[in-house]
Amino acid sequence: MAEEAERKPVLETVQAEGTDGNCVTFVLHDEDHTLGNSLRYMIMKNPEVEFCGYCITHPSESKINFRIQTRGGIPAVEPFRKGLTDLMDVCHHMLSTFEASVKEYKAQKETEMD
Amino acid sequence: MAERGSLEEMRSRVVLGEFGVRHVHTTDFPGSYPGYTDAWDPVTFRQGFHVDVTHMDEGLLEFDLVGIDAAIANAFRRILLAEVPTMAVEKVFVYNNTSIVQDEILAHRLGLIPIQADPRLFEYRSQGDEEGTEIDTLQFQLKIKCSRNPRAAKESSDPNELYINHKVYSRHMTWVPLGNQADLFPDACFRPVHDDILIAQLRPGQEIDVLMHCVKGIGKDHAKFSPVATASYRLLPDITLVQPIEGEAAEKLKKCFSPGVIEIQDIKGKKVARVANARLDTFSREIFRHEELKNMVRLARVRNHYI
Repeated sequence: MAEEAERKPVLETVQAEGTDGNCVTFVLHDEDHTLGNSLRYMIMKNPEVEFCGYCITHPSESKINFRIQTRGGIPAVEPFRKGLTDLMDVCHHMLSTFEASVKEYKAQKETEMD
Repeated sequence: MAERGSLEEMRSRVVLGEFGVRHVHTTDFPGSYPGYTDAWDPVTFRQGFHVDVTHMDEGLLEFDLVGIDAAIANAFRRILLAEVPTMAVEKVFVYNNTSIVQDEILAHRLGLIPIQADPRLFEYRSQGDEEGTEIDTLQFQLKIKCSRNPRAAKESSDPNELYINHKVYSRHMTWVPLGNQADLFPDACFRPVHDDILIAQLRPGQEIDVLMHCVKGIGKDHAKFSPVATASYRLLPDITLVQPIEGEAAEKLKKCFSPGVIEIQDIKGKKVARVANARLDTFSREIFRHEELKNMVRLARVRNHYI
């Protein structure tokens, strides 16, 4: 379809033959260690996940292979989704804490000046 | 209990041994240690996490992030360097350049000048758009001509006296509003961040007349779009004295560390060393060069405290 040919894929999945959805490799385009390592950390914290890792296929291409294997209860897409939402929550919380801290620092500086 | 203590140390500290660094990687994932549930818990995270700003001014911001892991801290550092957008000069239209600096060198230097403009007020330029509209482009002009100073003394050889406008600084760049920018931003002054960046040097008769288009971009595309000079972090140092150290050895110990880290206290006539402020240390590991002192001190870093 013309639409798909114009838009580059952001995420693809690769699954070996004969397995159910428990171990899946996601190929994320235009990503690098920035998202890869932090997402890997969040997904590893999930007790359902047996294996989680990522690698950069070649430094000239900006895509990462992200593999998740679960212990057999849930499909691999679930921890992936949860990891992404958890990472978003962490970032939101860090942003609000940081802004509060900056405001507090500025207020403290002003009281010191007076 | 020694075992429990060393397990805590393994989990929470990166230890600097004599010949290497131990316990570098985060190991607190679910299932690694019996008796610990390390599963992700947003409540525990929120309780354990806090930010302290230690220093903030025009050019430097220093703050502490406590309670997160290296993966997240590094992700933020990478984003600061490469993915925060800024405005920088992208296209330089050269109308006249009779200076000694070649066109492309001049254009490269102009691109690297940091511009004081809030990138949130502008859009990214769409692909394939050559002209540039007022919502995505800032226009600057640099028009300067060097001439001989008629009032200079006869025998002077100081270029500052002999020539007018022989040094082209970034303060000579002026903002030229495009379209309705003059109405949209009546109070804004878009200019280079620093006024005293030397762009080129001229002699009488040479002139530079260029028009510059600034666009919004990110550091991944070109380093000129990186908003920071650098962004870095270090872990909080943690120095513990395994045995009490007194007398001459205490003096020697104090010299092994950065000033202010170890202080000598006078207890009952003897000089006793105490760790005053481990945060100041830069970990030159000088202590390992002294045979008698190296086993009395443990050098470590707190794994989840980033400065």
